[in-house]
This record gives sequence, C-alpha cells and structure tokens, in this order.
Amino acid sequence: MCHATEGGLSLEGVDLDKEAVIQGVVTRGDTPVGGAYVRLLDRTGEFTAEVPTSATGHFRFFAGPGQWTLRTLAPKSEPVDRAVVATIGEIAEVQIAV
Amino acid sequence: MSRDAVLVTADWAEEHLDDSDVVLVEVDEDTSAYDKGHIRGAVKLDWKTELQDQVRRDFVNQQQFSELLSAKGISNDDTVVLYGGNNNWFAAYAYWYFKLYGHDKVRLLDGGRKKWELDSRALSEDAVERPATTYQAKEPDLSIRAFRDETVDAIGTKNLVDVRSPDEYAGRLLAPAHLPQEQAQRAGHIPTAASIPWSKAANDDGTFKSDEELKKLYEEAGVDFGKDTIAYCRIGERSSHTWFALHELLDQPNVKNYDGSWTEYGSLVGVPVALGDEPGEA
Repeated sequence: MCHATEGGLSLEGVDLDKEAVIQGVVTRGDTPVGGAYVRLLDRTGEFTAEVPTSATGHFRFFAGPGQWTLRTLAPKSEPVDRAVVATIGEIAEVQIAV
Repeated sequence: MSRDAVLVTADWAEEHLDDSDVVLVEVDEDTSAYDKGHIRGAVKLDWKTELQDQVRRDFVNQQQFSELLSAKGISNDDTVVLYGGNNNWFAAYAYWYFKLYGHDKVRLLDGGRKKWELDSRALSEDAVERPATTYQAKEPDLSIRAFRDETVDAIGTKNLVDVRSPDEYAGRLLAPAHLPQEQAQRAGHIPTAASIPWSKAANDDGTFKSDEELKKLYEEAGVDFGKDTIAYCRIGERSSHTWFALHELLDQPNVKNYDGSWTEYGSLVGVPVALGDEPGEA
C-alpha cells in the first residue's frame, strides 16, 4: 500500500493501514519553525499529547479516528488552534502558520 | 509549603545560573534532548540508565543515589533546580527521588524546558563538567512512596488518583498516544480511583496552575482532603507531577506516589480492575 506523504518525518516501519495519522509542518512566513510545541486536544478540548516540532518544523501524531484540535505554541507567537479530522488508514496533513 | 520554596521561575533560574551553590539538572523522557541544547551549566540525569537499577526492577537505592550525585558534582548543601521536557514529567519524578532521599533544597523550574524555549531563552551545547563530590543520601522517606499492597488496600478507603489520560483510565489504551504501547498485561484502572489527568494541573506552557485552581480541580473530581491519597500513572512519572501538585503546592500531608503504577498493578494476579470511564465499586 502506497501512501503519499509530503516529506518530513519518515514513516518507515509504520503500518499506515492501522493508524490515523495527523502530521504537518509549522511555518512562519516561508520559514519552518523548529522547536514549536504542538498539542493534540480531543473533541472536548482535553489534552491528549504534545510533541515538539523537528528542525524542519514537522510534527506527527498517531491519533484515534475522529475530530481533534491542534494547538500550536511557538516562541514570539500567540497560540494557533486548527481543527482536524483523523481517519484510520489516512494521513491528515496540516499546514500551520504562526 | 509556599510555592516559592518548591518552584522557581525561568527569570529566577537565569539570575542564579552562576551561583556556586545552585545546580540545574535536566531530566528528559527523550534522553537525547539535553545533547541538542541545555540551560548553560546544567547537568543531565538519564532516568533510564542512571535513576533506575539496571538489574532489579526498582529505582536506584540509597548507595547508588549517593554515588550518582557524587559523580555529577552535586553536594548535599546545593540547591538543585530540576527541569525537563514533557511538561516536567521526568523532572518531577527526579524531584520526588531527591525528596525521598532527603535532599531538602530542591526546586522545579516552573514550565520546564518548554517554557524556557517558548520564552526564547538561551540554550547551550557546551559540555558541563563539575568536580566530583561526596554526596550522602539519607534513608529513603517511605512516607511519600506507595507500594502495591498498600495500594490494593486503599481501594474504597483512601483517595486513589489516576493521572493518566482518559483513554488509558478506561482501558482503551495501555500507554500515552505518543509512546509505545507496552507493559501491563491488563488495561483499565484501580477500582474507585478518580480520573484526574496530570495535564489538568498544568497550563498550556507547562507551568503549574494556581493553588486555587488546583484545589478546585481535585475537590471537584472527588478527592477528599481529609483522607490519605495515592497517585499513580503508568510508570510513576506523571503521578510524580500530580504528587508535586498535591504534596508540595497544596501542602497535603499524606500523599504518596505509587511508582509501580499501572505497569505493576495491571500485571498483578487476582487484583480487582475496573474498565470504562467510571471509577467502579470497591
């Protein structure tokens, strides 16, 4: 099974048919923001997980299927919330501008 | 205990970086984080290889802790300021160790590494060397550590606080969503335990909520402050964060961290387990 990804973190060794992936990149203007923090909040707004972005601004969660909110905290920026829907066997790509 | 006696702000840490009796110590879940940049002068503690016994299933004993801190160049009289990633989970875990082995002057950096980074404060890649000391840990203070039998006996009598995520509590997951699924043989929670995820005690930037907010959080979730309390999670690190909130910030006297946590409890033969979102019956 071939899934297109938009670069970023490797998905080697991950069985994507079983995962509901949410991933993306945090940017400021045209520049990726490394060391930002992306929080995964469930449909009630409750914290579920948090990851720092890579040097290239990328992040990824293996979420459950359903509605989620990504809250991004970055230096010198206000928090940014983005709604996203995750589905098993698919990759939800999210571009976040801070 | 006042908040100032157990927490320091990033400003305080920056102002005291060069104090000879202040030692910053970074403890991370991602043990490579320190090498990519740390607060200037901070030493690293590796929770897997240095804070755990490498043979027995336990954390380091009094002698091992003494040897570890001696090698790190930390003295009994030093003020130790702990910080780390993951909203200070593992820093809080190390804080609990320091208290357990009788180190009085220990503080957490409020917000940990995340707050430091979000403030755009400086990080250093320079190697840190401190001359060895002769640190002497005290006898472990078991008034803050719960073991499995005491935890089983607490069902229906003491406050049990499960600080894992709601899905782990209900038995839908065995570990946090961003970590490998591993460890316990069974999923679920200890019957009668209240579900109060650790994250509810922290703001988005990783700092602790105010005392008033914390008190309201635990009371509304059913914690009776007139009773003794045992906090647990999966491996004892997130529950150290909650232990810190209850014991150090809210000054509750009889709060223990069950560091065996769900990894141990969920593998015990014959103990009661509750599934689903409700606490369940004793």
